[in-house]
Amino acid sequence: MSLRDGGGFGELKVPLTWAAGIALIVAIVAAIALLLTDRRETFQGEAYGASRRVGDAIAAPVSGVLATPLTWARDGVDAVGGYFFAISENRRLKDELREMRQWRDTAIALRDTNQRYRTLLGLRTEPPVPMVAARIISDSRGPFANSRLANAGKERGVAAGFPVMSENGLVGRVIGVTTGVSRVLLLTDIASRTPVMIDRTNARAILTGDGGPNPKLEYLRGEHPVREGDRVLTSGDGGVLPRGLPVGTAVKGLDGRWRVVLSSDAAPIDYVQILMFKDFAQLANRTELDTMVPPPPAPSLQPLGVTAPEAGATAPANGASSAAAPATATHPNPTTPKPVAGAMASPTPTPSTPVAPKPPPPKPPPPKPNLAAPGPSPAPAATSGAPQ
Amino acid sequence: MSLAAARPLSPWRWLATPMLFCIVATLFFAIPLRIGGWQAPQPVFPMILVFAWAMIRPSILAPFGLLALGVFLDLFWGGPLGLWPVSLLIAYGVVLTARSMLVGQSQPMLWFWYGATVALAMGAAFLLTALEAHANPNLGVVGWQTLVTILLYPFAYRLLDRFEDADVRFR
Repeated sequence: MSLRDGGGFGELKVPLTWAAGIALIVAIVAAIALLLTDRRETFQGEAYGASRRVGDAIAAPVSGVLATPLTWARDGVDAVGGYFFAISENRRLKDELREMRQWRDTAIALRDTNQRYRTLLGLRTEPPVPMVAARIISDSRGPFANSRLANAGKERGVAAGFPVMSENGLVGRVIGVTTGVSRVLLLTDIASRTPVMIDRTNARAILTGDGGPNPKLEYLRGEHPVREGDRVLTSGDGGVLPRGLPVGTAVKGLDGRWRVVLSSDAAPIDYVQILMFKDFAQLANRTELDTMVPPPPAPSLQPLGVTAPEAGATAPANGASSAAAPATATHPNPTTPKPVAGAMASPTPTPSTPVAPKPPPPKPPPPKPNLAAPGPSPAPAATSGAPQ
Repeated sequence: MSLAAARPLSPWRWLATPMLFCIVATLFFAIPLRIGGWQAPQPVFPMILVFAWAMIRPSILAPFGLLALGVFLDLFWGGPLGLWPVSLLIAYGVVLTARSMLVGQSQPMLWFWYGATVALAMGAAFLLTALEAHANPNLGVVGWQTLVTILLYPFAYRLLDRFEDADVRFR
């Protein structure tokens, strides 16, 4: 009896096919249940479940071991290249250093000016942001998920939401942390939304990832808010990220939409800095802010409707002084007493001042008007009435 | 004749070993290495098993193996949990249903059907992602990943060549 004939085993085929079909259905149901119960879209720290933490904790050392030989190989190639191209590299670095020195002087001057403005305006500056350095050990770059694993975890104070930067610009933000490793959601991930601004026009936009290398600029407002080559920075809106982190350069995509060439793509992202950024809303005492303070009691029992006519009745009496207030605010500089001084010192009569022609006084009095009351103050009346 | 003689297809050989291969290959291709400004592509290695396992024979373990591989992909790549299990199992179910039609076809035709299977899985992943994220993934990147995954067909053919005739009941 050949096996092909089946014999006693042929009858097993149909039950096995049915069982395989049932197994497939059960597996699909389990997969759909997983998909429906997933809470990745919230990107909250508590939503980063235990399964993901365990997965990251296992994947990190394995990926690290796999990446180490290649990292060594790349470092070796870089070392050999550095040896052979040392002269040209030296020349290039000298040029760059020369340029950077000019930028340094400009930066020092601008920092000084900025500091003065802040002091004058009484701005509350953002506190310094401590940073944690980490190495990228794994990279997923498919169309449906763009994230990286960094080898710094909660033992170093990393928390979900912290922005991550390379030496060139913003990379993304932390969405999950466990011991020894944290997962960074890249700006290119389809679920990534980052508030940004155009440096030139200060126009706001939302940087929206789509799995491609160049995320889109969405919700742009105004006429021509962006031009090719404009620098894109984080806006700090919403308090998720600090303001002013370099993101990239605006370009017009093939689909006609504005996109951003990311600054962080200028070089391989192997080492990153995790900014331990907490915005003012996080630093504030929320309990104190949320405490409801009852309003103070009214000073008198008299209703507002009764006091209003009294104020109106006294208004004519105080008309001069009340009219003086805006003038004072408009002309705070006492060296430019134009309205009153002009009326006093003008030798030629005006139609509004029908006075008899009279030679001008040889020396008009110095303009010492009552600057606090230039309009209907008694001084002009006295002056115009004197010739009569 | 014992029952074991009729099942020379040991699960370890045709299920576990290829699974390990796919996991290691996925880990290896996730190394953040960029040479000359270019990054290595990131194909979906479990698509080899989706096609080959369904073509070799119906199995009770294979769907759960794909479920586990899909969960691994989601956890490792950081995608929504359940995205790849659903996509892989849909493609596996379609190939399993059409198995009797596909068996015995020439290698170029099988490559074509493998490409269609990959496109089906990527299409399912595209739709699920669009539903979850309320945005469409970049079609260029989806096409690129589909292409590099289709290029993995020789590995699927290697599995087929080795195990297709191993279980005489499903020839």
